[in-house]
Amino acid sequence: MALDTAPATDVEIVDERRPRDFSRLPWTSFVIITVLVVVAVFAPLIATHSPTEQSLPDKLKPPAWQEGGSTEHVLGTDMLGRDLFSRLVYGARVSLTVAMFALLSGGLIGLAIGIVAGYVGGRTDSVLMRVVDATLTFPTILIALLLAVSLGAGLRTIVLAITVIIWARFARVVRGEVLGVKTRDFVALARVHGCSDLRIMAIHIVPNVMNTFMVLLTLHIGFVIIVEASLSFLGAGIPPPTPSWGQMVADGRSHIASAWWLAALPGAAIMLVVLAFNLFGDWLRDWLDPRLRQV
Amino acid sequence: MQRFIVRRLLQSLVVLVVLALVIFALARVTGNPADLLLPEDATRDDREHLLKALGLDRPVHEQLARYLKGAVTGDLGTSIRYRKPAVEVFFERLPNTLALVGIALAGAVAVSIPLGLLAAVYRGTIIDRVSGMIAVLGIATPSFWLGIVLIYVFSIQLGWLPSARMGGPLHYVLPTITLGAFLVAGLMRLVRSSVLEVLDTEYVKLARIKGLSQTVVIWKHALRNALIPVVTLFGVLFALLVTGAIVTETVFAWPGVGRLTYEAVIFRDYPLLQAVILMKAIIVLGVNLCVDILYAYLDPRVRYA
Repeated sequence: MALDTAPATDVEIVDERRPRDFSRLPWTSFVIITVLVVVAVFAPLIATHSPTEQSLPDKLKPPAWQEGGSTEHVLGTDMLGRDLFSRLVYGARVSLTVAMFALLSGGLIGLAIGIVAGYVGGRTDSVLMRVVDATLTFPTILIALLLAVSLGAGLRTIVLAITVIIWARFARVVRGEVLGVKTRDFVALARVHGCSDLRIMAIHIVPNVMNTFMVLLTLHIGFVIIVEASLSFLGAGIPPPTPSWGQMVADGRSHIASAWWLAALPGAAIMLVVLAFNLFGDWLRDWLDPRLRQV
Repeated sequence: MQRFIVRRLLQSLVVLVVLALVIFALARVTGNPADLLLPEDATRDDREHLLKALGLDRPVHEQLARYLKGAVTGDLGTSIRYRKPAVEVFFERLPNTLALVGIALAGAVAVSIPLGLLAAVYRGTIIDRVSGMIAVLGIATPSFWLGIVLIYVFSIQLGWLPSARMGGPLHYVLPTITLGAFLVAGLMRLVRSSVLEVLDTEYVKLARIKGLSQTVVIWKHALRNALIPVVTLFGVLFALLVTGAIVTETVFAWPGVGRLTYEAVIFRDYPLLQAVILMKAIIVLGVNLCVDILYAYLDPRVRYA
């Protein structure tokens, strides 16, 4: 007997929020992300000082609104007298560059592997998924640290390290999507038509998992920024003097008692940006591909 | 069941061997591993000497055999910084990390299960919204930064809690909060969606039709079943904690294996880093193996999948 017609119970199961609510744009996220991108692109025009120029007489100046601060250094200076505001501005560049390259490489590798696993199936699929499972349960940040030490820190190393961390997440979700797509009629039709497997994957499957892929990319921007910041904090990110937010927090840690702004402000920047990207990602997911909500 | 255990055991071993090979290869891909060990002002003679001492003047396959033999017998090289066998250094520090991770995990579970449950039961109300906000904020906050902010507020400004190193019970407060917060956000949302799913099943509806009280339905019928998928994630949670412990221990100068990992990176102590990574891998894989076996035992469907 179906219990679907059960009488109303004392717990009200509220309906999913209606689509109309979901289509409300996340304006706060848009604004933060736009500001971030503008700041990163036009960093040299926005920064008031050079991000790497040291000036020991000006060291550890507080932000302008605090006693002893001046408008010369709006957010104060660090232990080497470098302007914090300018370093934050250039740090945005580093975060976005790393995130962009890492997501593209990790995402595309995951996309390719997910499509092959899902489409080919059989033994290929089970082997690939074993590798994915092993990667997902393994603390991949250890591999990232190993890479940083053996290959030397730098943009290429950190992109490679983050690729190792994220590809499996993409592969697993994309594979699931492909399993659904490949049973559709147009794939069978393409096969009857004599299309090669490669062509079917590239021309017929890829466009149909694009929505999922875009949503995954967006949902992972925040994650990648945090990973980059954590690696930089651990001394395995972009090497100094190039300013990166994670490394700025690490540097500020030893001055936390006397100069709170050095660690607090870059950390707040990370949080704000990650928050904005995550909310944007959630919104995009609900709009393009609500089934992914469980991921 | 036996076949399942053997198969999973073999899988873990394969992962471990691959990892060991990757570590071996990485040290050689980029040139000679001796260069990772030598100070920058080393002379040619020093280099030759070290090459001989480490056996790096031998052909690669001989080196690999020696390395694997060492790995099996528990000899993973000597830490440069501590001038002791790397494995020994690791085991000296391990209990400190286990204490931290254990408390953080227990705390995170104790906080996130009730919160997730409440959010599911009172879905769409202010409770759900607030817990949703906590989760969103928690995911966006880098844990190294949270740790520093906690130190600033509770150690420096208020002077209530110690900010670094081990000591009495108070020393555990800030590090475990930092490490646990890392988990609470995700775990809470997981419990919530899992409970929501269970609340929609027929056996919960049946329990309601039978006229059982809300408390019994929620605690006895819904929560118990909702926790099964959460338990299976224990392995993943553990891996997350091992990762999180690196950052947390660094912030709080906690003398555990996480901090050891950081030191190995900072001082470019390659033998130590390699040992730490392999040992951590063994622990994480072991925990995952146990969880999987337990799960297969509890739920026979897994065994035949």
